[in-house]
Amino acid sequence: MGGLLNTILLTFFSLIIATVFGMLLAMGRVYGKAPLTTIIYVYEKIFRGVPLLVIFFLVYLGLGQIGINLLPFTAAIIGLALRSSAYQAQIFRSAINSIPEGQNIAARTLGMTKIQSIIHIMIPQVLRLSIPSWSNEFTIVLKDTSIALALGVPELLRVAGQIYAIPNYFDYILPILLVVAIIYFIIVILVNKILGYIEKKYKMAGFEVSVER
Amino acid sequence: MSMLELKNIHKKYGSNEILKGVTFSLEKGETKVIIGPSGTGKSTLLRCINQLHPPDKGEVWLDGEEITNKNININRIRQKIGFVFQDFNLFNHLTALQNVSIGLEKVKKMEKEEAKKRAMQELRRVGLENQAEQYPAELSGGQKQRVGIARALAMDPMIILFDEPTSALDPELIGEVLEVMQGLAGKVTMLCVTHEMGFARNVADEIIFMEEGYVLEAGPPMKMFKNPDHKRTGEFLGKIATLYGENKEE
Ligand SMILES: Nc1ncnc2c1ncn2[C@@H]1O[C@H](COP(=O)(O)OP(=O)(O)OP(=O)(O)O)[C@@H](O)[C@H]1O
Ligand SMILES: [Mg+2]
Repeated sequence: MGGLLNTILLTFFSLIIATVFGMLLAMGRVYGKAPLTTIIYVYEKIFRGVPLLVIFFLVYLGLGQIGINLLPFTAAIIGLALRSSAYQAQIFRSAINSIPEGQNIAARTLGMTKIQSIIHIMIPQVLRLSIPSWSNEFTIVLKDTSIALALGVPELLRVAGQIYAIPNYFDYILPILLVVAIIYFIIVILVNKILGYIEKKYKMAGFEVSVER
Repeated sequence: MSMLELKNIHKKYGSNEILKGVTFSLEKGETKVIIGPSGTGKSTLLRCINQLHPPDKGEVWLDGEEITNKNININRIRQKIGFVFQDFNLFNHLTALQNVSIGLEKVKKMEKEEAKKRAMQELRRVGLENQAEQYPAELSGGQKQRVGIARALAMDPMIILFDEPTSALDPELIGEVLEVMQGLAGKVTMLCVTHEMGFARNVADEIIFMEEGYVLEAGPPMKMFKNPDHKRTGEFLGKIATLYGENKEE
């Protein structure tokens, strides 16, 4: 049970950080100027190109060696957030680019500042357009919390491992692992349902990606 | 004092000089129509007026204030200059009503309820009170443009600039938009880039003919149609009239 809670906390915190950071990265990449856009480009490339386990070890052991000692739990959140923000930046960026520039111009014409236009016109649409990809990203992050077991974070999979390591339970490896798999699966289904509901509720008429028949 | 005064406006994009010294003015309540060949700089001129693309040289005065002055707060000025776009540029995530009220709420800092009430008034003015809760994608082109006009009107602008407000519309939808614009004539100061000669002839106080970055000729519609000073003016007006048809009778 504690394992499940840790898995949820890992997912929750890393996603929140990654969403905010990813949005900032996307904005920086689209609206920013020369050195910033290049830095963000490189950032995205690196964190999408390096295995998560390597990111974990770099954050936990690597930073540890230069005197920044993080708890395994914190290191896992940071590692997951770093990678997810790189992916989410891409998701948000393509959403930003799909919004006609005319809407920004119209907002500025009403007397909105650049920031107001981003907050009231761009971000609400970016979030709506990003829900399907974001819910996919959620699934990935949730599942990849299991890799945090390598840092010794007592998340779902590691706790399960501790249980079947108890000699009496040794015969139950298969059922225990199946239960773990089912738990991941149920959370994914549940959250995707919720996001699907939000997507419907806040859909922009005419922009739903479905067909009616 | 004029409502809007342009003094010797110059604008370049790179080395390409688009506006080569444009001067004219509008009095309060006047409607003026700008016509001219494609690429002459009509849209550029409108963008120079609301400082989306500030002119390189020359001054724009709005109600006695020089708005080309770099030290003024341009966002305060833009509230007073309505803009109606060729392709509407409505906010897709907002209903018709919200499209009209958002400027009131976020820029004019009006209370939500009050902004809604005001927005509803403007929608009624353009004949869309029944479409208030619909999203842009659920509206016809003509309805979208009328929301665009209501959005501009709601801000209580000193002047509204129209950039070819009907040229993205199917022919049968043009009338409803022109009708709304005609209803505003005299009450709102309007500067319209349009090729609708019926509107120019019947509604405009003056037609401004632009060519190659200059105002070649300006005058009351009667004179411009019947005996313009320049041969080019007559040619162009004749061409446009046949091209777009003059289905509006006098
Ligand atoms: N942002 C820009 N950057 C560079 N060149 C531009 C820009 N905007 C317009 N131009 C150029 O300026 C010229 C005038 O364009 P403008 O849109 O003002 O013409 P227009 O009179 O409105 O024409 P139309 O009737 O086709 O709308 C064109 O040659 C165009 O290519
Ligand atoms: Mg134009």
